[in-house]
Amino acid sequence: MPIPPPPTAPQPDPAAVPARLVLQGIGKVYPTVVANDDIGLAVRAGEIRAILGENGAGKSTLMKIIYGVTRPSCGRMFWEGEEVQVESPAHARSLGIGMVFQHFSLFETLTVVENVALALPGKPALDELAQRIVEVSARYGLPVDPRRHIHALSVGERQRVEIIRCLLQDPRLLIMDEPTSVLTPQAVHKLFETLRRLADEGCAILYISHKLDEIRALCHTATVLRGGKVTGECIPAQETPASMARLMIGKELPRCEHDAPQAGGEVRLRLAGLSHASDDPFGTDLRDLHLDVHAGEIVGIAGVSGNGQQELLRVISGEEPLAERFPVQICGVEAGRLSPGRRRRLGMAFVPEERLGRGAVPTMSLADNALLTAAHNQGMVAAGFLRFERARAFARRCIDDFNVKCGGPAAAAKSLSGGNLQKFIVGREILQAPRLLVCAQPTWGVDVGAAAFIRQQIIDLRNRGCAVLVISEELDELFEICDRIAVIAKGRLSPVRAAGATSIEDIGVWMSGLWPGAEHAADAPAATETPHA
Amino acid sequence: MDASLFTSMLFATVVAGTPLIIVALGLLVNEKAGVLNLGAEGMMAMGAVAAFAVTHESGNPWLGVAAGMGAGMAMAALFGVLVLTLMANQVASGLALAIFGVGLAAFVGKPYEAVALQAVPPIRIPFIADLPLIGEALYNQQALVYFSWALFWGLLWFLHRSRAGLVLRAVGESPASAHAIGYPVIRIRYLAVLFGGAMAGVGGAFLSVFYTPMWAEGMVAGRGWIALALVVFATWRPLRVMVGAYLFGGVMITQLFIQGSGLQIDFPSQLLSSLPYWATIVVLVAISRNRNTIRLNSPVSLGKPYRPDA
Repeated sequence: MPIPPPPTAPQPDPAAVPARLVLQGIGKVYPTVVANDDIGLAVRAGEIRAILGENGAGKSTLMKIIYGVTRPSCGRMFWEGEEVQVESPAHARSLGIGMVFQHFSLFETLTVVENVALALPGKPALDELAQRIVEVSARYGLPVDPRRHIHALSVGERQRVEIIRCLLQDPRLLIMDEPTSVLTPQAVHKLFETLRRLADEGCAILYISHKLDEIRALCHTATVLRGGKVTGECIPAQETPASMARLMIGKELPRCEHDAPQAGGEVRLRLAGLSHASDDPFGTDLRDLHLDVHAGEIVGIAGVSGNGQQELLRVISGEEPLAERFPVQICGVEAGRLSPGRRRRLGMAFVPEERLGRGAVPTMSLADNALLTAAHNQGMVAAGFLRFERARAFARRCIDDFNVKCGGPAAAAKSLSGGNLQKFIVGREILQAPRLLVCAQPTWGVDVGAAAFIRQQIIDLRNRGCAVLVISEELDELFEICDRIAVIAKGRLSPVRAAGATSIEDIGVWMSGLWPGAEHAADAPAATETPHA
Repeated sequence: MDASLFTSMLFATVVAGTPLIIVALGLLVNEKAGVLNLGAEGMMAMGAVAAFAVTHESGNPWLGVAAGMGAGMAMAALFGVLVLTLMANQVASGLALAIFGVGLAAFVGKPYEAVALQAVPPIRIPFIADLPLIGEALYNQQALVYFSWALFWGLLWFLHRSRAGLVLRAVGESPASAHAIGYPVIRIRYLAVLFGGAMAGVGGAFLSVFYTPMWAEGMVAGRGWIALALVVFATWRPLRVMVGAYLFGGVMITQLFIQGSGLQIDFPSQLLSSLPYWATIVVLVAISRNRNTIRLNSPVSLGKPYRPDA
């Protein structure tokens, strides 16, 4: 992320401004886990306070309590000096609390203005409301067309709709839950400008994130959570990422070790002029993609989601076979028409973007899930019969080697936290010793410790001579692990650059489709946020 | 075809399509909220027998319609408790409701099998009923026919112009999001289920009190299932439900006419009787194949139970 210098921005004088929201001793106990334990927190008008913590630290639960989605088991909450019990989200909104959810709470088949209307009290006329949306979006630099349907919007635009929906309620406290995970660096910049303007106007902001450099750039103060408890408070501008990471994960931030790539490996994956029309009406057509991935290197593909990543993954994995053989070549075989199983037997392993539903079957045990991709490779089938003891042993190996916290091979996939399930899935693929690994968003929604572990495993795999293709929206991650990087925009692929020979800023510009020699640059002036337009 | 034959066939088509429209539009609201109620056949049967019994005892067909509506709602309330409060499987519960309703209606209706009702006179709308060809067919009809048209226009307005309709569609698409922004998902779904039951009851009442003023076991004859299919094949759009229902009625009347006319045609009568069913489905599938339309109109959460977390 290109981070502007730490704010010399006005710190609200703590004595002068009364606290807008105060939490005292908030606790939330679920049947099997204590999500929040004795949390104390205060945020003042005009203050941007970070809530920092790993996945499972209890950030989201705490925000749901403030917003009235769930009730606390104990503790007290004061809103502008008066004790309140927030009964429901509607009650929270009437108090002046707005929330932008991590997983958007928008209705895909409705239009922007209809979505906004649903969240507003009373019965606003849609035409007037559309006018107000245009005004607010102009004032805060959040352009969006109120008449469009949500499903046709990019992720960045959807987030703007969420924010506008909050702003129209004139919030006095705005909660942002991991808002930047889907944005380009440029879009993050704009978002921060919007948030700073809001804070200057007196809105209090709770900003949830685990991205340390963003918090240092934006937030005045930070409360750090770990394991459901407050483990510290700090002023981010005065901290280093390392010192905040210590507060957040209780130890030093792990770094990946990255050797120089081995040159001259054979081509394991070749895209030779791959074009494919999407049969999804809101999908992206792939247009003339060329790419070579060699043994012993990691190639990354960056891009804002919705620019053809899904389609590319489906074509490479074999979920959507092509009409012709040559455009996808795996380990020297023209594989365009092969099924996913046949491609796996050529030595390809695949980590899809969705953990639940594509990467693993939620209701099945880890052993059964191991069986799904490793059955042939690991000798789990004999004479047409399944050998469950082998599947269990293999699942056990994945669990042990990749530090998966779970109830053993018989645990259902859906019972694992996101990070642990992702470690299991990556482990399942890597332990099959593939010749080519294709993975999408390998660390999406995974906490810092687990993410570093997964990245290190991918690097180790490449050091053993495997070819790796990583498709990710997290530029930091791509720059950390990749040897070479390309960008996908509007279904086209940019030239591939050595990671050391380019920068996050350059790649950020390329993500709008504007790379040198891009002949379609002229017909895609506003490509950044409108991949479906 | 002479003019009077055309008029009488149009008249019969409208009458045959009316119960389907009323029931299917009720189910459409039901399904737009994300609840799949396969018990339409049972709710119609109970509506039909309740309406018949009350009309017979009181002599007032409107009390009968009200009773039919009440019986449909009572069945729907039972279904609602099962699938919305107890989170039972919607498909299994709906099938059980269909079988239960048909059986119970047969049992309750035993004493009424041999009695007939006085036919209810149609309501003639002045002036436009005098139009040539179509006037007699469209504007000298039973009150419930006019009601079905009003229901259609009301529903179009409700779904696409009113706030309540917007909330209903939102609940059907993503109950979790609707809950997160503060709507009472379960209560809204109950209301939708009750509305579906009420309309199924009225549809049943139309059959036993107006269409054929008598009660016989099995008189609903699969119309509940056809209404369910109509909603799906019409991709949850009211206008296509209307088209499908009248198409079904029209083909039904035409094949009855052909069978009854004594025309010597070399075609098995069983196939002819099945014509309305498959003709309707083929036509609706053909006009609804557009993936965009399906994606924009089908309620995403249909059939999936939702329990808000406390």
